[in-house]
Amino acid sequence: MAAGVSAGDARALARLISLVEDEHPSARAALAALYARTGRAHLVGITGAPGTGKSTLVNEMAKVYRRRGLTVGIVAVDPTSPFSGGAILGDRVRMRELAGDPGIFIRSMATRGSLGGLARATSDVVKVLDAAGYDRVLIETVGAGQAEVDIAKTAHTTIVVEAPGFGDDIQAIKAGILEIADVFAVNKADREGADSTVTALEMMLDLNGGEPGCWRPPIVKTVAIRGDGVPELVDRVEAHYDHLRQSGLLARKEEERVRDELVALVQHELTEALLASLRPGELDEWVQRVARREADPYTAARNLVHRRDC
Amino acid sequence: MEGAMPEEKIRILIAKPGLDGHDRGAKVIARALRDAGMEVIYTGLRQTPEMIVEAALQEDVDAIGLSILSGAHMTLFPRVIQLLKEKGLEDVLVFGGGIIPDQDVPELKRLGVRGIFGPGTSTDTIVEFVREEIRRHRAGEPRQ
Repeated sequence: MAAGVSAGDARALARLISLVEDEHPSARAALAALYARTGRAHLVGITGAPGTGKSTLVNEMAKVYRRRGLTVGIVAVDPTSPFSGGAILGDRVRMRELAGDPGIFIRSMATRGSLGGLARATSDVVKVLDAAGYDRVLIETVGAGQAEVDIAKTAHTTIVVEAPGFGDDIQAIKAGILEIADVFAVNKADREGADSTVTALEMMLDLNGGEPGCWRPPIVKTVAIRGDGVPELVDRVEAHYDHLRQSGLLARKEEERVRDELVALVQHELTEALLASLRPGELDEWVQRVARREADPYTAARNLVHRRDC
Repeated sequence: MEGAMPEEKIRILIAKPGLDGHDRGAKVIARALRDAGMEVIYTGLRQTPEMIVEAALQEDVDAIGLSILSGAHMTLFPRVIQLLKEKGLEDVLVFGGGIIPDQDVPELKRLGVRGIFGPGTSTDTIVEFVREEIRRHRAGEPRQ
């Protein structure tokens, strides 16, 4: 399957993404085989509140990239119902113009219980698209509020999409989503209030200060439905990537990401190995004792981890 | 993740091929499948068979549900089925709904449309049909 993905087989690519999403055991081996081919795509995140026009912007950005001769993978995330586990993935509705272009691959993902604005498997799915050779991978988060900031760890460049009327000045100085922006898009800029949205963002950026040579997130006004401002937005996104490369930040960011990923994988491997090495019923015995307050969970955990001779 | 058996989610594409301009029925079905725990990729109005099959391939769906009210079902269904074959996707379950006269049903079924659901079908019936067909397919049982 990894070979099929390397060779540009769209069906193999789609199948592998499903295995990654389902956390199928065979996905790990394929990801391992493809890993050396990753690290070439520019990963661009698009986040913002529901209804700000993220999908339409992604559609228009993809068209701009295609006009510039670049191929585009798109991962669009929508929320899973916490009650049924089902999801409606509707981002393709705004991307119908991209149909039929072999230089574009669109995949919809459900969050499957993850709360940071992406699904747990999103970063691995992005790796698969990267390995398949797409020049740019656009990652659209769920409609994000204030704290869904996982995208900043996955993408090289994060676009935060705002629209007029979505908040006053105080929203602009709160912590959270505005802090992760590398580029701001003020979409629906033909509507009343667009200029005051821009002003509020400028004020926030002024308060942030920033040293000379630092990247100050540019603010681009767009009307995605007409494509207005989107080439400028793409220019700013590309400029950010150049800045990352030239300043050495790209390499540092990548090391940080790899470190987080490795620590998480090590934790996972150790936990699995430890739980598998327990004698049958051992965990349950501790569960019972802790539930009856005969032991505390801290001592129980310590005993489970350290009792053996390994 | 190792250990627990991975869960294979059911993924379904719900599409409106052709020119008819309203999709209330398709949305009701999409919602019912969602409530049954499935991931439903909804592509909106006026999809061509080519767009539908491309989306089915990229999204790696188990099933495609087509809603047709325009009367063009005898051209649109066969075209979708033919394109699926060309792309090697013949094991994707195809079912449909909308305004489809009884006399056309046998021919559509012969072509490979597994289920046809007219107006008034309960959503439970459709959910059960999809679930059972996919369960059987995944278990490797032949389709009758």
